[in-house]
Amino acid sequence: MTTAAERKPSVGEFILRTRAVGPALALVVAVALFSLTTRTFLNADNLSLVVQQSLVVGTLALGQTLVILTNGIDLANASIAVLATLIMAKMALGGGSAPVALVFGIVVAVAIGAISGGVVTGLRLPPFIVTLGMFTIVTAAARIYASGQSYPVSDPLLGWLGNRQYLFGRIEVTYGMGLALAMFLVAWYALTKTAWGRHVYAVGNDPEAARLSGIHVRRTVLSVYVVAGLVYGVAAWQALGRVPNADPNAYQLGNLDSITAVVLGGTSLFGGRGSVLGTLVGALIVAVLRSGLTQAGIDSLYQDVATGILVIVAVAVDRFARGRQA
Amino acid sequence: MGRRGHVGLAARGLAVAAAGALALAAAGCTSQKVGGSDTAGGGGGKIKIGLVTKTDSNPYFVALRESAKAEADKQGAELIALAGKFDGDNDGQVTALENLIQQGAKAIMVTPSNSTGVINAIKQARDRGILVIALDTATDPENAVDATIATDNVEAGRLQGQYVRAALAGKDPHLIMLDGTPGSTVSEQRHNGFLQGIGLPAGDPRILGAEPTNGEQNKAQQATENLLQRNSEVNAVYNLNEPAARGAYAALQGKGLAGQVVIGAIDGGCQGVQDVKDGKTAVTVMQFPKKMAATGVDDAVEFAKTGKKPSGFTNTGAMVITDRPMPGIDSKDTAWGLQNCWG
Repeated sequence: MTTAAERKPSVGEFILRTRAVGPALALVVAVALFSLTTRTFLNADNLSLVVQQSLVVGTLALGQTLVILTNGIDLANASIAVLATLIMAKMALGGGSAPVALVFGIVVAVAIGAISGGVVTGLRLPPFIVTLGMFTIVTAAARIYASGQSYPVSDPLLGWLGNRQYLFGRIEVTYGMGLALAMFLVAWYALTKTAWGRHVYAVGNDPEAARLSGIHVRRTVLSVYVVAGLVYGVAAWQALGRVPNADPNAYQLGNLDSITAVVLGGTSLFGGRGSVLGTLVGALIVAVLRSGLTQAGIDSLYQDVATGILVIVAVAVDRFARGRQA
Repeated sequence: MGRRGHVGLAARGLAVAAAGALALAAAGCTSQKVGGSDTAGGGGGKIKIGLVTKTDSNPYFVALRESAKAEADKQGAELIALAGKFDGDNDGQVTALENLIQQGAKAIMVTPSNSTGVINAIKQARDRGILVIALDTATDPENAVDATIATDNVEAGRLQGQYVRAALAGKDPHLIMLDGTPGSTVSEQRHNGFLQGIGLPAGDPRILGAEPTNGEQNKAQQATENLLQRNSEVNAVYNLNEPAARGAYAALQGKGLAGQVVIGAIDGGCQGVQDVKDGKTAVTVMQFPKKMAATGVDDAVEFAKTGKKPSGFTNTGAMVITDRPMPGIDSKDTAWGLQNCWG
């Protein structure tokens, strides 16, 4: 539905049709509230931090959005990224070349994505079950590969995304922010301006109708899992930029955190409707809540309560919107 | 596409915005509290101290948090307690540290999930003049923080080992070892300390098996059951903590072996001391998280007031708790244990 229409939409229509608008409003409200109620939230340093804090889950959520748009779900995404961080760190640590380690980690992530997609499309099994199995397998594989250790990363290339630059002399930006922004824009372009993107939405909306209109459904779904795997590989690189330590115990809730970001971003868990820009906003909302509630002096357990309420409300809104339109 | 009109989208946008406002109502409430404390404290406001524990779920960290809160209240300071979502949530701990730095905390106490995982964020805090204290778990390198306040875990393991050896009264040990999370520093230190205390070299055939349990009762029970299946000649069980000891006891009892085996533990939680009193375990080595938290808060308040930084390693001690004291081993009985246990 966000696909390019027959005619050019007006600005007003564009805003209404872009699913990210509701979440963006929520984000603006949250930022405004925290800016008014705390003295430490609204400043360039903190806003930059909030973005940095949302990069890893945001990138995982980008891949998750693609899968969810096809009416799937990916429970294995964070485990794939964790395995990739371990591969990168361990290969580079063993005297290997860092570029090779980086590429190999990403290739493994793509390969696992391809396996998930292959099983989902080839055996026609529910994505929930397939990726639950992959989650279990990959988590165990990561622990076996790590032999229970964590691996500090000192290589400049593997930690490169954590490097900082100062815009206008004072706004802190990391390379990771730039990469994440680029990836979201490319994904947004691919989903809204290309035939592949239209196919992804069509397949998620109604696979039978998509097939009848000549779309190769299984190939489209498989391609989505492969692209998602690539995105998870990059998420691994982002993770090393943020915490230069590959730890098999890290991101245990990354799959659920990424689903949270997708849902808060207004993408429907039922497939076919949603936007990656919404997901970007969704990931930011989670980080804004965590930061803002800390600035307000609220302990982490209550922060989790607030996030949980927001997720349920967001899904309820999605249901409500669907129900009214039916 | 036709099924979904623009009206629905607009409605949904408004509702999501409302949802944001709703979830943020909580923020409004507490920021009032923050404002109130500012006026109460007079110029400058209350001293803000941050606490970042591994998780919010483990009773040990709950005790640490509650004690820190109580001590901060007593000192008129404000404590903000944050935590990772699970053991190993390095990103979550880094986020917590960053947010506390932004929030203007004067001092931060951290229990690192991974001894190297949060080093960068700690450095950022110290670069801004914030006092950083490692509580319970040291960082690697240890001087990444200003000071460390913790149990000497090698010593705690050694005490358990010495007691178990004495309780075996000259019998050759046949030992099962129940460890924590694979790769955890604390788990390794206690494990190695125990072997020193009981006088067995690593890899000795009298060690019938060592299994990771993540310190969880159900995993410990399963691990013990499986080890007993292989060899039931056991007469001693080392446990990383008290939940693991309960798991071991359940498995041994299932086999009818509980009476003949010396079970040791570390922690000093009230349930663990009760287990010693009930004769389920022979001994537990008590740690003092309340003392850790209180010492940390006191150091933080002193730093905020005078600029004096604590340094080095403060050992909060370990005490053998048993109702069958052994000659040569300093211990307290369970009555004392129940008075001093931490939750």
